Formats: sequence, C-alpha cells, structure tokens
Amino acid sequence: MDFELIEEQRILQKTAKDFLKKECPKELVRSLDESEDGHSPELWKKMAELGWMGLILPEAYGGSEWSFLDMVILLEEMGYNICPGPFFPTTILGGLTVLKAGNEEQKKEILPRVCSGDMILTLAMSEAEGWVEPISIQTKAEQQGEEFILSGIKLFVPDAHLAHKLLIVARTSDNQDPAQGLTVFLADAGADGMTINRLKSIARDKQCEVVLDGVRLPAGSILGTKDHGWSVITEIMRYAAVARSAEIIGGARAAMDLAFDYAKERTQFGRPIGSFQAMQHYMADMWVEIYGARNLVYQAAWKLSEGLPADMEAAMAKGRAGLVGRKATITAHRIFGAISFTMEHDLHLYTRRALAGDMALGDSDFHHEKVAKCMGL
Amino acid sequence: MEFSFSEEEIAFRQEVEDFVKQELPPDWDDRVIYWPGGYGTSPQMEDEFQDVSKDFMKKLGQKGWHSLAWPEEYGGQNSNMKQAIAGDVISYYRAPGGGVATAISAPTILLAGSEEMKQEYLPKIASGEAGFWLAYSEPNAGSDLASIKTTAIPDGDDLVVNGQKIWSTGAHVTDYAWMMALTDPGAPRHKGASLIIIDNRTPGITIRPIINICGVHSFNEVFFDDVRVPKKNIVGGINRGFYNVMLALQFERLIAPSGTFRRVLEELVDYANENKRDGVVLAKNPRVRRKLAEAAIEIEVFQSFYWQTAWMLDQGQVPELEASSVKLLASELGVILAHTAADLLGPYGLLDKGSKYAPWAGRVALGYLDSISGPIGAGTSEVQKTIIATRGLGLPRG
Repeated sequence: MDFELIEEQRILQKTAKDFLKKECPKELVRSLDESEDGHSPELWKKMAELGWMGLILPEAYGGSEWSFLDMVILLEEMGYNICPGPFFPTTILGGLTVLKAGNEEQKKEILPRVCSGDMILTLAMSEAEGWVEPISIQTKAEQQGEEFILSGIKLFVPDAHLAHKLLIVARTSDNQDPAQGLTVFLADAGADGMTINRLKSIARDKQCEVVLDGVRLPAGSILGTKDHGWSVITEIMRYAAVARSAEIIGGARAAMDLAFDYAKERTQFGRPIGSFQAMQHYMADMWVEIYGARNLVYQAAWKLSEGLPADMEAAMAKGRAGLVGRKATITAHRIFGAISFTMEHDLHLYTRRALAGDMALGDSDFHHEKVAKCMGL
Repeated sequence: MEFSFSEEEIAFRQEVEDFVKQELPPDWDDRVIYWPGGYGTSPQMEDEFQDVSKDFMKKLGQKGWHSLAWPEEYGGQNSNMKQAIAGDVISYYRAPGGGVATAISAPTILLAGSEEMKQEYLPKIASGEAGFWLAYSEPNAGSDLASIKTTAIPDGDDLVVNGQKIWSTGAHVTDYAWMMALTDPGAPRHKGASLIIIDNRTPGITIRPIINICGVHSFNEVFFDDVRVPKKNIVGGINRGFYNVMLALQFERLIAPSGTFRRVLEELVDYANENKRDGVVLAKNPRVRRKLAEAAIEIEVFQSFYWQTAWMLDQGQVPELEASSVKLLASELGVILAHTAADLLGPYGLLDKGSKYAPWAGRVALGYLDSISGPIGAGTSEVQKTIIATRGLGLPRG
C-alpha cells in the first residue's frame, strides 16, 4: 500500500494547479459558460503546449506515455478549478477509444492531431432512452455495398458542436442480445445528413443532439470490428467513469474549500459560524465523504493503470463520486446561506457541474447495479 | 500510489488465516453473536466464551500478534500495517482480538510510560494475558470527560482513589483499570487529571454488573472506596492525563472490525441469493441489489481509510483525519449493515438466539440492537465529527 504521489506526479499536479488558477479564472469560466461554443482556442493551445492532450498517448503518435493514473491527477485539478472546453471528450472518449480500437491508419491520422490540439473528438452513444445500456441504442447503420448509412438521433453528446470527428455507436445487425451487433464509426463533423444542435444544460456544458439522417460512411470508418463495438465501449467506459469521477471529486473539494473558508470568516451571533455544531458536522461529513470517494477513484485508477481487472472498483468509484459531488455542493450552499444562491457567487458553477457529473456515463443507479453484479447477486 | 500488498504481507495474512481457522472451535460460527461496529456483543464479555477467549488471546500473544506495531526493542515488528492485516483476518472470523490493553494502554505506555512501567506491563499485554478496562466515563462525565469527579489524591507514596466509574466495559473479565482521575481536583479543567493503572484485585473496588439491551453483561458500575494505588502507577506524569489520552488516540482507532464487515456482507449476499420473498429470489429485487451495493461501497470506503491510517502511522505521519474517519465510518457501518440485514431478513430478523428458524444464531436481531452502541461508545459520532472539523480541519471551537 502506498498513498503518496511520486515526484513527477507532484510536479504534474502543481503545474496543473498553477496553470489552471492563472489561465482559467472564474471570469473566463463564466464567459465561456455564457458563450455559444464554451471553448477558448487560446486556452486549448496552451494546454496542448503543456502536452496535456497527449499525456497518455504513445510517443509514436506525439504523446508522452504517462499512465492513466497521471491523467486522473490532472483531471482532478481540472475539476477543482473548472477547466472549460472539450478536453475530456477529446482525450478520453475519443482519443483513448481510437488508441484502443483503431487500426494503424486511423491512429496515425487522428492521434498526432489530438496531441497537437488540432483535433477535437467526442463520442455519440446515448439516445432517447438516455443512459448507457446497449438495448437503448436504436440508431441504425445499414450496410449498402462498401458504405454504411446511419440514421437515428444521438443525445447528450458532449461538445459535438466543436468536434472535428465524432465516434458514433450504431447498430449494424440485429441480435437477440442487444450488446451484439453494435459498431463504432468515425465520422467527420460536417458529414452530409448530420445536424448538430446544442441542448441547453444548466451545467452550461455543451451537450448536443446529433441527428443522423442518412449519413454515409465508408467501411474504413469502422473503429475496431463490425458488430463488436460494445466490447470497445465497455472497456472505454471503465476508464471514462473513473476519469469523470476524478473531475467530480475535484469539484467537490473546491466546494468544500469555499465553504470552509466562509465558515471560518462569516460571523453571526457574535462568533464564526464554523464554531456551530451543525456547520462542523456538515464539514466533517463532507471531508469524510469526499476523501473516501477520492480513495476509491485512485484505487480504480491505479488498477486500470496496472492493467488489473477493475470493473467493480470503477463502478464503485463512479457510483459513489456522483452522489458525493451532489451532496457536497448542496451542503456547501447550506453553509453559505443566501449569498451562494446568487449568480454572482461562484458556488453554483460547481453545483451545476456536480449534477452533470452524476448523470454522465451512467448515473449512480447504473453503477450500483454494476457493483451488485460484480458482487455475485 | 499503490493499492496492493507485498508478497510478505500476503504471506503473513495467510499465516494468520490458517492459525485462526485452526484455533477457533469448529462450531464458533453457530455460537458467536458478535455484530461489528457495536460494543455490546463481544465474545470476550460472555461467560459462555470466557475460556475460549482467554485461551485464544494467549495463543495470539504467543505468536506476537498483539504487539506487531510495537518497536522491536519491546518485541514488536514496527508495523502498523501488519497489525491492521492481523486485525482484518481475526475480525473476519469473529475471533477475540485487540481491546483496551493492546489498542490504548500499550501505545500510551510506549509513548509516555516510564521504563519500569514498560517492563511491568508490556510483556503481559503482548502475551495476551493482561486485559485492561477503560475507567473514563462516570455518571456525569460521558462525552465531557473533563467533568470527571473521581479523585486520586496523593498521600505519601500512594494515591487514594475515591469515586465511581460507569460503562466500564469488561471490568468483570479483565485485570487492570486504565483510569482517568483527578490528582489535583482544584486545577482548571484538563489540567488536574492523571492516567492511572489500578489492579482490579486492590481492596476497595466493587464491581456491579449492568446488562446491556442485547442481554449481555458487558457494562459495569465500579466503585472505588479509599483504594490505595502506588504513585508509580501513574502513566506519563502526574496531571498530564488529558495530554496522554490524546497521544494514543490515533492508534486506538485502528481497532475496527474491518473483516467482520466484509463477512457480514458476504453472508447477506449468500442469503439474498438463496432465499425468496413472495416467489422472487431476493437477489433479483432491485432494492435489495441497490442496498447491498451501497453497503459494499461503504465498506470499501471504510477499508481505504483503514489501510491509509495504518500506512500513515508506519510512515511516521499523523493520521488525524483518516483515523477519525475509521472510527466514525466503522460505527455507522455497523448501523447500515444491521438495518440492511433487518430489511433483508424481514420477520426472520427478529428471531433471537435459540429460537427455531433464527438465522445465524440470532446475530441479526441482537446486532440490530447492538448497532445502536457503535455511534455512541468510544467517542460519539457527533463528537467525532466535531473533532474532525476542529482538530482535523481547523474550524474554530464553539
């Protein structure tokens, strides 16, 4: 057992903290929240220069081959500071999927451009029934000769409006088992028949509707093997759930720190409100819940980095983190009182994202069910 | 970062496991009612298990497994992690294990006791032959330990102890009192109390049983009438009692039944898989699945702090927040598991030890009651949270 970071990880963490504090002040976060795109090309370029997009990609494609756990450290800081933009969909949902399932040609075409910051990616999976189970994927990919024609509607696709390419999960054959017959396609964002509309999310994350109306894709756009896309998705989801959990925990820590500072300074009844038991108990619960969930996130991240089985650990981390993020932000509001119920105050920036985090990549019900399965129930 | 054990640690775990399985009576599982997280159903309290418990504690002592975290010069292996592993395995089998002697008295004596005191008590604690009971609480001093009234007035080479302690878990089956008493009643709060070791056989001590709601004789009232105790029995300096109590707190919290929590969960999973309610296997009920998954996650969170505390202690760090989290989560886990079990078993969960149809020797029914004691004893959850917030995080005191 070892609960400490090594020197390189501490440096990565500190660099991230310093950079994000300087380059992502809340003014920028707010203005990007209000903007159509939610993206700052200048910020994006600086992050690429730091090597962050290629952090876990192989050197052969321009990356620096750090471990998944290192990426989790970075993502936690991004959650703590709120780093706007399509980093998560590009590097994890897109980049990692291409790395794991793409052929050499696809990897050569895409990954170096991810590393340089020139390619933004996302994954279009969820549909009307929401969620992340194969049975809800109804988008069809009908084969016609050497082409596939995609029809259907994808929902809650993060940053689709910014993406250069979308990874799309569609049904290429019917099967009794809904997990069979799914295929992952790589499509250009401007493809004929594809319409991208931004949904209006209170988290101000730019989740999109992607309408596919007879989008024609060549056979070469298949990522992995036809009909065997779900196993790719299952693997990526493990990483994505843990990575997202790290962002959530970072945000929860920030909410806790804000509340803590306030509790020490704000006086009522002649004393700091942090000296009242109710406030102390809120803070204690917050610390225990956040750092407990954080341990689960790092345990899962470590196992994934070591190539060890981590189905249960990843599900535990995400199932728990989602709930902890919501509770921490809501409790922080109770500590702040009315002042944090204003747009001017920063807390709501975290509160909104905590809800989005819980709902992303499977909510807590979904992940608790995974845990139940892993337990042998 | 690393979330795995070394080969040596894995081998040690196996050694402890083989030993415990071999030394416990074969029908132990059918008899022991211990519920993790509470303080009222320990096998060491009951008459029925006295001989087995004392014998088992001695055998653990022969292996050196009460003193794994101690410095080598006192027979230990300097490893809190190994002690945590041993505790994890021992608690999985619901076997008798660490208590006040090993978790509180020994660490405090090691940190603050005189050399003479170390030589007198450490060997007996290490061998599992000396049990201690915690003589802190009084009728008017529970969470507010500083309000104790029992005095230990210096008189020549002795202290004369007068007063009354309550709760006194296990006073009737142990050898020494580990007492907080006022050696300077006139001093301001926190400045006039001393930690004192008192032999139970000293004249003037009267022990009266108090039966807890599980029907177990764990509690006692203990009266001290002019009990003479040599001054050399003061631990770590006269009037330094509160200071010395704080010193040992972080070690004490590693006594948590981590293995038992996992064991209970396994039993509940088996029960859910093997039993139906109204024609449907319990394990297929979504509410059952959710509750058991939540319990599993809660255990995993607790376990992470448990290992983290042991690791930090071995690194020479002070796990203030982590150790407090261990105690807090252990207490609440006992409640979560008890209520989850009660919900799962339905009316069967009411059946007491000895009843026909009672699952697991009535453990769930008694455990439901015993789980009430977890968030109250050894520092209430409310006090734990206040400590986390103030001493741990730095919020101002009220």
